[in-house]
Amino acid sequence: MDVYLPIAEVSLDVFVLLGIGAVVGFLSGVFGVGGGFLLTPLLIFVGVPAPVAVASSANQLVGASVSGVLAHWRRGHVDFKMGFILLIGGLAGSILGIYLFALFSRLGQIELVISLCYVVLLGVLGFMMGVESLRAMLRQRHSGTARRKLHRHTWLHGLPLKTRFRKSQLYISALLPIGLGFSVGVLSAVMGIGGGFLMVPAMIYTLGMPTTMVPGTSLLQIIFVAANVTLLQALTNHTVDAVLALLLLIGGVIGAQFGTRFGTRLRGEQLRFLLALIVLAVAAQLAHDLTIRPRDLFVIPVDNR
Amino acid sequence: MTFRLRLALAVGLIVGLSPMAARADIVADLSSHSIAITTGFTGASVVLFGAIDGPGDVVVIVRGPERDLTVWRKGKIAGIWANTEAVAFASVPTYYALAASKPPDEVLSPAAAAFYRIGVTNLKFTPKSEVSPEQTRLFTDALIAVQEKAGVFSPSHAKIAFLGERLFRTTFNFPANIPTGVYLVQVYLVRDKDVVGAQTTPLIVSKVGVDAAVFDFAHTRSLAYGVIAVIMAVMAGWLASLPFRNA
Repeated sequence: MDVYLPIAEVSLDVFVLLGIGAVVGFLSGVFGVGGGFLLTPLLIFVGVPAPVAVASSANQLVGASVSGVLAHWRRGHVDFKMGFILLIGGLAGSILGIYLFALFSRLGQIELVISLCYVVLLGVLGFMMGVESLRAMLRQRHSGTARRKLHRHTWLHGLPLKTRFRKSQLYISALLPIGLGFSVGVLSAVMGIGGGFLMVPAMIYTLGMPTTMVPGTSLLQIIFVAANVTLLQALTNHTVDAVLALLLLIGGVIGAQFGTRFGTRLRGEQLRFLLALIVLAVAAQLAHDLTIRPRDLFVIPVDNR
Repeated sequence: MTFRLRLALAVGLIVGLSPMAARADIVADLSSHSIAITTGFTGASVVLFGAIDGPGDVVVIVRGPERDLTVWRKGKIAGIWANTEAVAFASVPTYYALAASKPPDEVLSPAAAAFYRIGVTNLKFTPKSEVSPEQTRLFTDALIAVQEKAGVFSPSHAKIAFLGERLFRTTFNFPANIPTGVYLVQVYLVRDKDVVGAQTTPLIVSKVGVDAAVFDFAHTRSLAYGVIAVIMAVMAGWLASLPFRNA
């Protein structure tokens, strides 16, 4: 059954879209990440124009993060102060990101920029996660685990504007979360992702937040950054397809239920290794597409056809 | 509202062109004057039928609304294929289809075909900036090739069938990706290698129903659209979390 997407201006099978939503929801349920980094490339694969895929993923992300935050908030695992400070950086970053997005669209290079960002980010991320999870699996075989120092002091702790985060039991410079929020905000606008997969490790390793507080807090600020991106995309580029976002959300809700159940049966390292393989496969596919000679050397970007 | 506006515009066009139709040596009409792009839209067929008052051949062209359009050429930079060169053309028809009772180049002189823009090769594409003639030709050919591949330019002519001596009919098949706007269906009566009669009929392609509303809303009230898109997502997210409340 085909459905005509009013903003993307393409007809796509409604079950394909629900399926993509379900797959991404399943993965986010299993791995506890937003899955936006898989959503946008999947949408591009099935024929949604890249700018619409990015903007509509941001729209879908708002809904996905709201349901995630509510689940974490009920358990008391959200640091609102940290979320708010991350958000200041995130909003500024997303404004810069939208500006870059519009600039590259005008230059006719937005599709390339999106693909390149994905190849680099997914490649690095997949590699790091793969190495880390393999090490963890090996370490479990040789039982004696080398314990990390609880608290390491680096130059990052010497920055000004020190702030106390009671809920996370931290006393660090506010510039750290602002900077982190900013970088993720830019990526969120250009790539249509929440950046959870960057934010979560950075919050644990750079900020030193307790692991339980991380997903809820990260999702909290993603809601607002994604909402801001959706608004700005709708205003400047008219690329938000609400029908597409809604279909993805419906599929995502169903997928997340199954994903959460499946996730509890697998071990952490194995899960992360599996995710690393998926991420690397997506990166390899995108990189391959960039380097092979295109079938058509001449193109007319969809938005001006 | 937009639909009515377009309709009014189209009616104005017919009235404006009526002196030509008034010669009445050819009359033609469409089975439908509008194509509605709805949620399940996968393309549409429109039948054109008509009559001529004596011997001759019939050539029909369908032209979509004109738009400025940029053609990009890909080149390899550091091993990666990227858009490297662009030529922007002014007022390119977004759709072009041709139907004829006999091959147009057999029944029409090249001059007449060029004058009435019959055949894709007779369309005039003017670059918006200074471009060398070779570049213009290269990018024009590319533009035609890309649009043919997208199904919005027809590379060859569709057959017009005659029922007896006077009556004729043909079917135009529009793909799912047709641009919206006012299309002009120009019906020409051809005798002795020249056009001797003509009639122009409008065809309106518009989004209708929910899709039209969404599209118009997104473009005319972008801020409100964005706010609603966000609220919708928040509501969906909240609803999705309800079943897990006690988990």
